[in-house]
Amino acid sequence: MPSTTLDKIWNAHRIKSSADGLDLLFVDRHYLTDLSGTLGLEDLQAARRPIRRPDLSVAIPDHMIETEPNGEAATLPANRRFVEPLKQLSAQASIQHLGRESGRQGIVHVTALEDGLTLPGLLVVCGDSHTTTHGAVGALALGIGSTEVAHVLATQAIWVKKPLQARVRLIGRTGAGVFAKDIALALIASLQADFGREHALAFEGEAVDRMSIEERATLCNMAVELGARIGYVVPDETTFSYLAGARSAPVGDMWDAAVEAWRALRPDEGAVYNKEVEFDVSGLLPQITWGTSVQHGMAIDAAVPGGSELEASRAYMDVKPGQKLEATPIQHVFIGSCTNSRIEDLRIAAGIARKGKVASGVRAWVVPGSQAVQRQAEAEGLDAIFREAGFQWRKPGCSMCVGTNGDTVPAGERCVSTSNRNFVGRQGPGARTHLASPATAAASALAGKIADPRPLMDALP
Amino acid sequence: MTVPFLRHSGRAASLPLDNIDTDVIIPMQQLLSVPRSELGRCAFNALRYDEQGNERADFPLNTTKGRGASVIVAGRNFGCGSSREGAVYALAGLGVRVMVASSYGDIFYSNCLKNGILPIMLSQADLDSVHEAIAGSQEPVDAAIDLQAQRIAFSTGQWFPFEIDPAHRQRLIDGTDEVALTLQAEDDIRRFEQGDRMARPWAQRADA
Repeated sequence: MPSTTLDKIWNAHRIKSSADGLDLLFVDRHYLTDLSGTLGLEDLQAARRPIRRPDLSVAIPDHMIETEPNGEAATLPANRRFVEPLKQLSAQASIQHLGRESGRQGIVHVTALEDGLTLPGLLVVCGDSHTTTHGAVGALALGIGSTEVAHVLATQAIWVKKPLQARVRLIGRTGAGVFAKDIALALIASLQADFGREHALAFEGEAVDRMSIEERATLCNMAVELGARIGYVVPDETTFSYLAGARSAPVGDMWDAAVEAWRALRPDEGAVYNKEVEFDVSGLLPQITWGTSVQHGMAIDAAVPGGSELEASRAYMDVKPGQKLEATPIQHVFIGSCTNSRIEDLRIAAGIARKGKVASGVRAWVVPGSQAVQRQAEAEGLDAIFREAGFQWRKPGCSMCVGTNGDTVPAGERCVSTSNRNFVGRQGPGARTHLASPATAAASALAGKIADPRPLMDALP
Repeated sequence: MTVPFLRHSGRAASLPLDNIDTDVIIPMQQLLSVPRSELGRCAFNALRYDEQGNERADFPLNTTKGRGASVIVAGRNFGCGSSREGAVYALAGLGVRVMVASSYGDIFYSNCLKNGILPIMLSQADLDSVHEAIAGSQEPVDAAIDLQAQRIAFSTGQWFPFEIDPAHRQRLIDGTDEVALTLQAEDDIRRFEQGDRMARPWAQRADA
């Protein structure tokens, strides 16, 4: 029977199947954040169980670490409770730890991709729902809970039921000012937040073929907002050139063997999916969310929908049916997160930032996804552009996407954010989040209100 | 090791909202500042309490009919979003043993199973009829669940069979310690690793 890419990777990782239909899969890479990773390591220590393969785990602080430009790591309580324990527990367990001192710290889903820790065909897990991001290079990557984190540490394996499979074909060509984030938001608005439930999503089609790995990372990152635990793009030449020379990628003969194996991951002719959907990206406008579900996305010039079932969301966001969001005043802009903090995102945002100044009354932050992104951006002078325009250029971490380290939006205030969730209280109790692309976020920072980035796009290369 | 789940009966509360995400079930601020054993009082924080921390009278779990519910009947895509297992700890802390919804976030669903909470799925039509019946009932509504028989009955007179993966059902009934179970497969894991080093040498950590 013809196999999908998922079938091939799944079969290559199956240790055994239980009589009642669960598979025990071998885990190639396990990333430990300073939140779920710290908790998982503590759980295992309390259970007095040894760690089976410390060489396959990598600990990277991101959720709880401070991002102050001149901040001292040790100043936050979260640091004492989570960041330091992750470092100590990792050292005790002989797990590689990539803290700030390593120069490789970052959001796990940014660092592990750019570093080549994640490779095509690998099975990757992490105690974070946005682990789907690693599907950008054709890995099967799933988010897990903290009980499962402890299980993987103890056994290097995970019990899972094989998911159903959906093929999502993105066709057409986007216009200027429309990016992978806009495609993802429009797709989720169209298919709804539970389209991918119990499924793994295979993203295909000409629009995906043209995407860089950074853009595919944005797309796969948002797969979980479609309800899927796995989202991936079949590895291709774009993938191989992205990984060639990456620090942790294979080299020499091993690289050649790897690429040969990765080419064989293409789905067989006639491979069958449980459901298929086609989505035309041409004609999309920049997107913005109006409500408190990621499926509440709409074109930047559209009006907030009516309907009594949406009243609670509208009330929380303080928006009215029929209201256009464009020109709504904002107090915060956040450019960062595992969705949109890679070098391409920052280049796009800087291209707009150089055309003006952050409006007064707006606090605008740029939080690079990793120290590598930070170095590259600084080498290109992007940090200077941001600072000159009035943005704060901060240190890498999850920061205001989730607010766990204290980087939050005050109650009742409005933030245009390049992150992935606009849930009630996500960026802080009472905070109002409008999800958008880095271009829209940067344009909104300059305007002091929700703004269409397209008039500012002409200066971009 | 989780508490084995065979049968349960208790008060049922109706929470007819779709896409309740795990940030709503337990906000990060509480998750980080409150011990696991006390998370129950923070569950559904923004829905349950007002800005001053007083109970919102209209929230189903704050009403005479819904207070103390151990069965929550919710909407579609319950528990979507973040993988935080604290959402399940908070529900457990609230005394919840059974969730009823038309669908769940995948990671939340898995986290329920790992913590002895039974996530029941009903069709949207059946779910809607339960919400209507609870809303229309003068008395508090109770539910009785038999996992072996895959059946849920309400004191309104309604009852429904439900589907659950046989493996998930058995592990809930047994309260399986999955780590212990997997460690019994140690020989299989070791054999897999040996074969895998030959089959996929490129997949090994080259830099560690």
